[in-house]
Amino acid sequence: MAQHAGEATDAPVSNGLGRSVQRIEDDALLRGRGRFVDDVALPGMLHAAFLRSPYAHGRLNRIDVTEAQVLPGVHRVFTYADLRAVLTSDRIPLAMPAGAIRFDVDPFVLARDEVCHVGEPVALVIADSRHIAEDALGLIAVDIEPLPAIVDPRGGLAEGAPKARLDCPDNLVARAAMQYGDIGRAFADAAHVVAEEFHLHKGGGHSIETRGVVARFDTAERMLTVWDSTQMPHQAKRVLVRSLGLGEHQVRVIAPDVGGGFGPKFVFHPEELAVAAASMLLGRPVKWIEDRFENFMATAQERNQFWTVEAAFDAQGRLLGIRGTLIHDHGAYTPYGVALPQNSGTNLLGPYVLPAYDLDIRLCLTNLVPATPTRGAGRPQGTFVMERLLDRAAVHFGLPREEIRSRNLIRADQMPYETPLRTRDGGLMVYDSGDYPECQRRALDVSDWAGFAERRAAAVRQGRYRGIGLANYVEGSGRGPFESAAVSIGPSGKVVVTTGATAQGQGTATMLAQLVAASLGLEASQISVIAGDTAASPLGLGAFASRQAVTAGNAVHQAAMQVRAKILAIASNALEIDESDLELMNGRVSLKGAPEMGMSFGQIAGSLAGLPGMALPKGATPGLAAAVDFQPKGMAYCNGTHVAEIEIDPATCSIIVERYTVVHDCGRLINPMMVDGQVLGGVVHGISSALFEWMSVDAQGQPQTCTYADYLLATADVVPRIDIHHMESPSPLNPLGIKGAGESGTIAASAVIASAIEDALSPLGVVVRELPMTPGRLHALMAKATRDGAAA
Amino acid sequence: MKPAPFHYHAPSTRMEALQLLTELEDARVLAGGQSLVPMLNLRLAAPENLIDLNGVADLAGIVMEGRRLTIGAMTRQRHGERSGLVREACPLLAHALSHVGHQQTRNRGTIGGSIAHMDPTAELPVVACAMDAVVVLESARGTREVPFAQWSDGYLATAIGPGEIVAAIAFPCWPAGHGWAFEEVTRRGEGYSIVSVVALLSMGADGTVDRCAIAIGGLGAAPVRADAAEAVLTGVAPGDEAIAQAGEAASELEAEGDLYAHEAFKRHLAKQLTLRALRSARDRAHAGGTGHG
Amino acid sequence: MRAAPAMAETVPITIAVNGVERTGDAEPRTHLADFLRHHLGLTGTHIGCEHGVCGACTVLVDGETARSCLMFAVQANGRSITTIEGVAEADLLHPIQAALSKHHGLQCGYCTPGIVMTLIELQRDLAGEPITEPAVRKALSGNLCRCTGYQGMVDAALEVLNAGQDQEVRP
Repeated sequence: MAQHAGEATDAPVSNGLGRSVQRIEDDALLRGRGRFVDDVALPGMLHAAFLRSPYAHGRLNRIDVTEAQVLPGVHRVFTYADLRAVLTSDRIPLAMPAGAIRFDVDPFVLARDEVCHVGEPVALVIADSRHIAEDALGLIAVDIEPLPAIVDPRGGLAEGAPKARLDCPDNLVARAAMQYGDIGRAFADAAHVVAEEFHLHKGGGHSIETRGVVARFDTAERMLTVWDSTQMPHQAKRVLVRSLGLGEHQVRVIAPDVGGGFGPKFVFHPEELAVAAASMLLGRPVKWIEDRFENFMATAQERNQFWTVEAAFDAQGRLLGIRGTLIHDHGAYTPYGVALPQNSGTNLLGPYVLPAYDLDIRLCLTNLVPATPTRGAGRPQGTFVMERLLDRAAVHFGLPREEIRSRNLIRADQMPYETPLRTRDGGLMVYDSGDYPECQRRALDVSDWAGFAERRAAAVRQGRYRGIGLANYVEGSGRGPFESAAVSIGPSGKVVVTTGATAQGQGTATMLAQLVAASLGLEASQISVIAGDTAASPLGLGAFASRQAVTAGNAVHQAAMQVRAKILAIASNALEIDESDLELMNGRVSLKGAPEMGMSFGQIAGSLAGLPGMALPKGATPGLAAAVDFQPKGMAYCNGTHVAEIEIDPATCSIIVERYTVVHDCGRLINPMMVDGQVLGGVVHGISSALFEWMSVDAQGQPQTCTYADYLLATADVVPRIDIHHMESPSPLNPLGIKGAGESGTIAASAVIASAIEDALSPLGVVVRELPMTPGRLHALMAKATRDGAAA
Repeated sequence: MKPAPFHYHAPSTRMEALQLLTELEDARVLAGGQSLVPMLNLRLAAPENLIDLNGVADLAGIVMEGRRLTIGAMTRQRHGERSGLVREACPLLAHALSHVGHQQTRNRGTIGGSIAHMDPTAELPVVACAMDAVVVLESARGTREVPFAQWSDGYLATAIGPGEIVAAIAFPCWPAGHGWAFEEVTRRGEGYSIVSVVALLSMGADGTVDRCAIAIGGLGAAPVRADAAEAVLTGVAPGDEAIAQAGEAASELEAEGDLYAHEAFKRHLAKQLTLRALRSARDRAHAGGTGHG
Repeated sequence: MRAAPAMAETVPITIAVNGVERTGDAEPRTHLADFLRHHLGLTGTHIGCEHGVCGACTVLVDGETARSCLMFAVQANGRSITTIEGVAEADLLHPIQAALSKHHGLQCGYCTPGIVMTLIELQRDLAGEPITEPAVRKALSGNLCRCTGYQGMVDAALEVLNAGQDQEVRP
């Protein structure tokens, strides 16, 4: 499977890195004993269904719920006005501060007087069962006057375009420029300019578990508890506290087992507030589980970007500058600021030296569900553009693709590399560590790049095209501002970790447990981890931007080391043994080689717990616990190189991915097995986006692909084995030297597949400007190229 | 997505089922459920009454009567796929069945259900079309047979009448040693056919084609026979040139583009898959019809 | 859209689940997955699409895999169902479950019960015959997973299904 180029060095105390510890989550999940939000059943619980807008844009004139209200089994039908009565503001306060945003577009909890995307929640039915709630939906009469819908962001930004939202001055929700260097000079001096247009489309997150919320407002205690299939329970709590006018002590959000996140569950959606408000108004617990049809039309996703770019090169194929425009389909409101296209813009630089840059980014409001991150968060698009430009230039200059890249890659001796670009925190984008040329070199080696010609010849003899692709990328990870973790041991001796980090399958609990276990001389399976519960950790952020290994990992490591230090200090005093002669093993601290001469963790914790009138051990502070909020000093940049080989059968225009190699550098690995799992999942998601996934919407904004028969995800039979190799360039930005890995698999996949397709079809001169590359699209490209070739 | 409410009926005999179907207004029959239940879940269909045929034991079964392989409508696809009788008499059908959905859906899905539903990209209708199958319909009034060429009535519509169920499909089997082939191009791996082609050839003693049947699915609402392509091959030796001509003829069939494939691509596939299917069928015919899929 | 009948008619349903007879009342329109989960409290079977495509809801009905979202609970009356809860023996995981953990064939665990049931049927169908990787991948092609990229579960399946083979199986 994977090979690890360097194991973590053995410090005097093992830090737990580099061990493929078996996951502590697995046993329960394998037995079907997970506890996902739909598994939560509370006494008196009612069920919710949302009536959703059938139009992409319209004036909501009237809603008549009288017939629905009297259906047996229906408890209430809520519209905006009903819920507004318990809210502190008209709109849900989601806006993230961003200078580029020209006007705030926060959503309403339910549509108020305008509907702005198909699937927007309009009314909320609460009934004895989901079945009855759905029956009631059909009895609600809605009077919507359709208005023109903006579906294409290019059209939406054109002069005279109708407004996507009546409450906004125009459709240009944000404009940002990424600029540095002398771009005019770059193009004046250019030996060659590549000019291109690209249309990129990412699609939905499509975790196999949809969204869902259970809310219970205890009227006696005035306490709101919400089980939410979310990546961000603390953020959800913040929004609920503010919107419902409650105190922080009155709201608890629990992310139970979550069946995949991938980005959409990082965003706060109106349904979360609507269900909470409904439970308050009814005084009964309310459950809402999103069904897959709703998921297609009402869950945030990434969609269209239109790029027009030019790249200037000198006579040796070195980049002088890139300029262009990015028009981004933003969706109907702004739950996540403008970071998505900004990530695209910054990730375009990749691991390359780019002396000048001028990208005009425009975000267009559209009458579609908001575009927010799905695994990769805009970065794959930037990488795609850069890698295509390099491949084009390689053809022009007659240079091998790996050579033109080598000439442009940032060298290891230039690290840490300060790019001239500013990130949204305001600082410069600095790549902290990595050896990009070596990474590419290894990838070419382990993928047998040199031997490809023979493999191509063999395919050609059998009437097929075969191509090999190459792509390099970086990914900023470990985003701050902080993450929290605490380690505590009580008189029972049990070690408990609490954290603001969350889990959706990436093995957060195992990762944290193995770090703590290493510091305390235990096995990971002996540690309990509570994640995703705002009651367990007062502060926290959660899972996004490949950050938890860096932030929560370092936090928990430091907390565990503090607890370790306290154990040694107390034990040393109590046993009158020098700390350096003590060891921690199996829940005890004892004289090395003489385990009977020691104390259990429980005893130490007991001695620090306090008895009335009894003094604590000399100099000690109460309790055996430590809490750390780790604030990363900057983004830690992981990097990698992907190589892929594909075959195309011209008769069927089917693409088969035959081989796929990743050389991946995410600094020190905590659990190599789990890192591989993240890369594998990301690569397959990327292949899926490149070849299969297309969220189709018609000209009126009606989603046309709302089932898994229409919108295809990659299955086991259409992806190859993925060969993963690791390099470890530790990050200097955090004590453990860790970088993130959760999204990196997706970031280069589209680029490398496109590179392979172009290589396979180079005899035809086919160029890839648009994805996914379905058989139908490929046929059109090949047919056109053949016609153009014949005409030439 | 939960279905609208319905009254559920579980007859245990054909007569009971047919009576219910005649008497109840707004009723649909439930066979394997793999096509109907998704529609019910999505509320694309909301009948007041659902008549479950799964308890009517004698609607399933595979019987050979002369050269006619009669398959009861409620026969599970998986059962047909593995049936020794089907593999022997009609290897094409056994092979095509292995491409229908996935094992989990073939365990419940029925052969009759697929023919009754007539999904434009389904594999079984293409086989039925090529083989001139006969759809046997039953109602409280009696039985009638509809030749497959008259079965489709547009997108997801058939010649089935009120009070009728598909009781069986009869496949007139080709003589032993015939050549056959099934080819398809999908949108992804094992599933979601774009275009599929079935070819059947029987050879005379003189090495010319006695009889040829080519059916193509995915071009429109229902599979079609490639008459012109068949005519090209009938009576001649199935050499490469004749096959190439047949492929050309197949590419001239009318095709409707859809969300996944435009018209030109479908016609391209019709040609390419016809070429492959004919070569395969010819090879099988020369080998005496051996070689299961 | 029609209104519901004046009274939602429920029917008594008796199913043998994991060898134990269980009874509940449900509307005919309640599918088997919802019945197992909410009427019988067996929440290990998961719902991912209700369209019959994702495979998360896969159970064994009279020993054969089926999408439990495409079957009404009333249709299972008198039948024998095996769910994920019935796979492991008390303390000991089934070899397929153990192999999935060993090979990191699960991450969020949501699709996992469906994967396990699919592999159990595959193991039974093989009756000791070896299986190649492409055949395993084809057998799993009816189950969607978004987390793992499938490789870990494929490796788990190959190890368990080819256990006891003398030679490495070539595709």
